[in-house]
Amino acid sequence: MSKVLVVTSGKGGVGKTTSTAALGAALAQGGKKVVVVDFDVGLRNLDLILGAERRVVFDLINVIQGDAKLSQALIRDKRIENLSLLPASQTRDKDALTDEGVAKVIAELKEKFDWVICDSPAGIEKGAMLAMYHADMAVVVTNPEVSSVRDSDRIIGMLDSKTAKSEKGERVEKHLLITRYDPARAARGEMLKVDDVLEILSIPLLGIVPESEEVLKASNVGAPVTLNNPANAASRAYFEAARRLSGEDLPVTMPMEKQGFIAKLFGRRVA
Amino acid sequence: MSLFSFFTRRATTAPVARDRLQILLAHERAANGRSDLAAILQEEILAVIAKHIEIDRDKVQVKLDRGAAVSTLEIDIEMPAQFKKIAGAAARN
Repeated sequence: MSKVLVVTSGKGGVGKTTSTAALGAALAQGGKKVVVVDFDVGLRNLDLILGAERRVVFDLINVIQGDAKLSQALIRDKRIENLSLLPASQTRDKDALTDEGVAKVIAELKEKFDWVICDSPAGIEKGAMLAMYHADMAVVVTNPEVSSVRDSDRIIGMLDSKTAKSEKGERVEKHLLITRYDPARAARGEMLKVDDVLEILSIPLLGIVPESEEVLKASNVGAPVTLNNPANAASRAYFEAARRLSGEDLPVTMPMEKQGFIAKLFGRRVA
Repeated sequence: MSLFSFFTRRATTAPVARDRLQILLAHERAANGRSDLAAILQEEILAVIAKHIEIDRDKVQVKLDRGAAVSTLEIDIEMPAQFKKIAGAAARN
């Protein structure tokens, strides 16, 4: 059974595209057939994060308008053979995304892939609504920061009311992915703790991705972080999240504070 | 420890963030639910009127105000000066 997953957040810059690439790659590295679909018409970036920016010929809008076949627009990753990308259009207007067009493309992708992962644009406009409309599951990406949490709350409300599942009286399975988490700052009371965010948003936790330099390094070279540095803490969090999405029941790893020599000697209150 | 923390203690800001969010979201969740109800009422009221009278969709306003003691539902329908009965409406009913 193929699954449609939307990666969404409301707020921009919290890590939707990074997480789409990392989760898509992690699922594909685990042997699943995965397609990641960029819904950010006019501001596409998933191609860049995946290092496929020079291979884009046709895009989602071309397929919707019948100018290209789906197979012509799909870009297969050169490193992970199970991973494909359907890029967004960079030049067209977002109004070119039609309800029927998107429905048709998603249906066709579901026949070919185990996972259809939709990378939502920021905001609550048409692109974001269409990215979530067909979802069976949702990953809500949230930073431990007030504006991100507030926007996530809004998006969670929309997942419960503005999707095909909700219209049928069913529920979209929602998962919270906390990104850019800094355990040291949370311990010092400078950053919302995981429990605070969980209590406020009250959806199940999929994973905690710690703030990591490796994420930027991976995007610099156009590789998902799970491929570029699989042993890194952020990558491990994404691998774990991918296994949990596949239905495995494993406990969420809490990121540990990095302790320097002095801190190790004196305990963690020294900061 | 206590002497040390006396020197390093600063007001923590995360609990402030949590409290602000909890208060704000309680309001916003209620407000979103409310606007949905008003939208549903507007649609259904419009549908009933449209069965009998030709009416401009924008001339029907539904407002829901929730006060501490009393809540009010305000329905404002602007009728055309000489409204046209929809043919057959009387016969149907």
